Order: sequence, then structure tokens, then C-alpha cells
Amino acid sequence: MVDPSQWTREIAAEMAGEDGIVLTDKHYEVLEFLRASHSKGETLTIRKVGKSGIVDIKGLYQLFPGGPLKFSSKYAGIPKPASCV
Amino acid sequence: MTTNTEKPLKKVCIICSKGTIEDVYATLIMANGAVMEGIEAKVFFTFFGLDAITKKQMNRLKTATVGNPAMRAPGGLPFPTILGILPGVEAGVSAMMKSQMEKLDVPPVDEFLEMITAGGGEIYACKMAMDMFKLEKKDLWEEVKDVLTVGEFYAMCGGENTQIIFT
Repeated sequence: MVDPSQWTREIAAEMAGEDGIVLTDKHYEVLEFLRASHSKGETLTIRKVGKSGIVDIKGLYQLFPGGPLKFSSKYAGIPKPASCV
Repeated sequence: MTTNTEKPLKKVCIICSKGTIEDVYATLIMANGAVMEGIEAKVFFTFFGLDAITKKQMNRLKTATVGNPAMRAPGGLPFPTILGILPGVEAGVSAMMKSQMEKLDVPPVDEFLEMITAGGGEIYACKMAMDMFKLEKKDLWEEVKDVLTVGEFYAMCGGENTQIIFT
């Protein structure tokens, strides 16, 4: 996605669907958190999401198997966080 | 356009043999980075690396302040080795390293290991080094999956697109 402001829940669902993931309310809570953090200019890490109170790190792996931060940021329509943690 | 024929990495087996902050964190960052990308990670701690998974030591790791020419004082000033031998210098430098990492959201060792196992990474201890240091399973962090011989660890490192990394 080029412009994060064009993001909608439907676009997110479509992108996730291509990867075989059906988005639930919990998924959307994570996506909204990522979008809010990104718009504040924060550097996102998996640890921050784990401390967000939405889901712990284990839960995040279950929501987005094989790429907790990679896939969630993709569906949230934000750039992949440039962080090693 | 050329076709990319590279096969993506599927598994990394990381061996950590040293117990300084930077050696252990290199291991933890690589292991966590792997599971975050969907790459299987198995980590084997041996010799002084065992400190990273020993309950008593895991959050008390230090950086060596002697014999490390790449270590400089803040601002890039030289840090002569002779200063490194003074009492408290190693503790001070180590505390500074940890606070700098915390600023980058890099967690303490125990929390970092939890992040790795939360992603399906597996943590192992070396049997020979445990015997040598007179350590028992109960001395280790609870989520250490097993104590292995090197042969048993190698047996887990099979499969296509697997790499062994030694730190």
C-alpha cells in the first residue's frame, strides 16, 4: 500500500485473506494499535505490541503466524517496522 | 529481469559459547529475528554462554572492559585498557550498554528469551559445559527445553535450507 490514509478494514481483510488469515476483532485491535503508533511516529517493535494490553507476544504469533510484525504491519497498511526486535 | 532462484531460509541453529552482553545479545537478536520472520530457531548455549540461561546470572551479564579495542568512551574518545581494570568500570559500562539497549526497546535477557519461545524458538543447554560448570537443570531458566550433547543438537539441525551459526 502506498498511502496509509487509504486504508480500510475491507482492504485489510482482503490482504489477509490472500495469506489465508481471517481477520477477527482481535486482529483489528492490533491493526488499529499499529496504525495509531505509526501515525505518532513511533518505531514499532514486537515488544511494544506485546505490552499494548491488546495481546501478548504469544497471542500475536497466533494471530499472525509466521510473521507477527511483518504481516500485521502489512495488513495495517503501514511500512514494515525498521527494527530488529 | 532475472529470476530469483534462492530458497528462503527455513531454520537457523545458533550456538552461543560466550557470556558477555554483546555475544549473548547477538544470539538473542538473531534468534528472535528469525522467529519473527517465520524461520524456525533452535539455540544451544554452551561454555560461558550458559550464563545467559542460568537463573542466577542471566540478568547480570557484563561487557568486558579489558582487551576490547572497539570500546570507546561516549563521544568516541579513546578508552585505554588500563581504565578497564578499575573497580566499578565494568559494572558502569555494562549498565550503560543495557540502558542504551532498553532505549531501543531491546528487553532484558529473561524477557528476550520469553519472546523467542513465544514465537516457537527452542532453547537448549550443553550437557558437557553443564557438567564442567557443575550446573544442574534446576539452575537453568525454566523454559530451557532440554540439556543436550552436541550430537543430539546436530540431529535437530537437519532439513533443507538450515544454517548453523556460531557466536
